[in-house]
Amino acid sequence: MNLRRDVFQAIADPTRRAILLLVASQSLTAGAIAANFDTARPTVSKHLQILTECELLEQEYNGREVYYHVNPKKMKELADFIEAFRKLWDDRFNKLENVMKKYKSKK
Amino acid sequence: MERKTKINAEDGKQELMITREFDLPLELLFKAYEDAEIVEQWMGTKVLKLENKKHGSYRFETTDPKGNKYGFNGVIHEFTPNHKITRTFEFENTPFGVQLEVLEFEQLTDDTSKLTIHTIFESVEQRDQMLKMPFAQGINMAHNRLQEIVNKLK
Repeated sequence: MNLRRDVFQAIADPTRRAILLLVASQSLTAGAIAANFDTARPTVSKHLQILTECELLEQEYNGREVYYHVNPKKMKELADFIEAFRKLWDDRFNKLENVMKKYKSKK
Repeated sequence: MERKTKINAEDGKQELMITREFDLPLELLFKAYEDAEIVEQWMGTKVLKLENKKHGSYRFETTDPKGNKYGFNGVIHEFTPNHKITRTFEFENTPFGVQLEVLEFEQLTDDTSKLTIHTIFESVEQRDQMLKMPFAQGINMAHNRLQEIVNKLK
């Protein structure tokens, strides 16, 4: 099964929330972001990757440097309570579909 | 990922429509609602009782990671295999009241099907509270950790 990346999964982690707070006001490089945390650099990179995959963060190339900034459109989804409700049902139904596909192949 | 699940909740109305198309034959989709063991798998809940017949009743119980138990129950008014289930739904010990749920199962092709859940609440307020619940939970989770994050940033 492929991993589903969504905005709610992204904010479930405290470090990722902290990263979002950091880049909310300014674009920063991965190095500048990592400097704010005690965690190892690869761990921060992994968080940045997840945030980028779920489109909460966008990458911007400036010469050799990659800058990260928040995607306001996706951030708005976090404020949309119906989207959270839809997501809950979508996850539940995806599970139903997976369970029944396995059930079918067992028969 | 493709948005397969649709929610329709018009402002000021005490009802809610959830629709979803499945890559499953109609019979398998219906079975997911009919078979207690399968319901447990995808709902992540314990099925204490599930009487699939007119005037039958059901009761589910979910346990959160802290060990708190949450009960759900209702009465079945109509049970027509591969077609329709009409039932009530109550989330026990919450202010959401009792809802009427009409579930309609449709065949689209031999391998695809569609489920429509029409839920009617006692009031507009109750519907809106229910809609906000997953959102509120997400936000609470985030808030509880906020202090921790702020401390780390200092």
